[in-house]
Amino acid sequence: MHELSIAHNIVNIASTAAAEAGAEEISVVHLRIGALAGVVADALRFSFAIAAEGTPLANAELIIEEVPVTVFCPTCNTEVTLPNPRLFRCPQCGQPSGQIVHGRELELVALETP
Amino acid sequence: MSYEAKRLIEIRQGVLSKNDQLAAELRSRFHAAGVFVVNLLSSPGAGKTSLLEATMRALLAEYRVAALVGDLATDNDARRLARSGGLVRQIQTGDMCHLEADIVARHLEGWDLHELDLLFIENVGNLVCPSGYDLGEATRVVLLSTTEGEDKPLKYPSTFATADAVLLTKMDLAEPVGFDRAQAEANIRAVNPLAPIIATSARREGGLDEWLAWLRERVTMQKEQRRSSG
Repeated sequence: MHELSIAHNIVNIASTAAAEAGAEEISVVHLRIGALAGVVADALRFSFAIAAEGTPLANAELIIEEVPVTVFCPTCNTEVTLPNPRLFRCPQCGQPSGQIVHGRELELVALETP
Repeated sequence: MSYEAKRLIEIRQGVLSKNDQLAAELRSRFHAAGVFVVNLLSSPGAGKTSLLEATMRALLAEYRVAALVGDLATDNDARRLARSGGLVRQIQTGDMCHLEADIVARHLEGWDLHELDLLFIENVGNLVCPSGYDLGEATRVVLLSTTEGEDKPLKYPSTFATADAVLLTKMDLAEPVGFDRAQAEANIRAVNPLAPIIATSARREGGLDEWLAWLRERVTMQKEQRRSSG
């Protein structure tokens, strides 16, 4: 359960950014989470509610954009998105592709004030 | 009460960017000192400590070897590893389910990295949490033991997909537990087509030969790269 430690990181980064922007309250936190980031969205929401208590993010909602796995396919010489993160095979040519380009992201994108 | 307009505050920062930055600093320190660093990941009980003890014992005649051992509460693993004769330091993680770069950095204090050739970091036994945390390692090795299900790689793709090598451990138990090696390898290949898959047994004579050869090759490669880059 490392979601709590991730939630604390989110609250820390967001609180600093909110203070710098002079925002007293945050209503929405936008995140991008890759399919290979090893983060369970529900566990993160639960942890975030705890980590955000007593901060400007206490009532904030998490909006999570899921990032699919993208690999570089050497045969097609291009980046392709995998329909299934448990099968690293190019959907175009069927060749195994293991060079991960996207899907490990864990990014705090933006905040919204009420 | 003020009615200020709704605003968007752009951040675009990695949630683990602080860890990533510290890991990058560690990686340059390791590289400058010429120490090859291996991050070992597996579920609890997959045989990290046994593998490490036998590996350190086998390599001590050739290399200056050290290990940082992450464990939730005990120092049992560190005491076991110290028997190998290498330098060993315990990281008690408390309730943390993974290691982070700053914990590694803190536990390196007092060690002269220039006096080391190889450093193993035994992560906390867990196939989910450690995968997102870079520790500055040169290589990330994931263990799958014959006593676990063959489908672990499919259940934990985030860890197996990012491995530089996958070790099959406890091969001496493969037959009694009915381990389907072909299926396990197919599942590893499904999520990681590139990483070498190396079969090991820490108990069998010669059971680590292929793994040790792979390590030696990587250590030599790093030393040569370092020499050619000045």
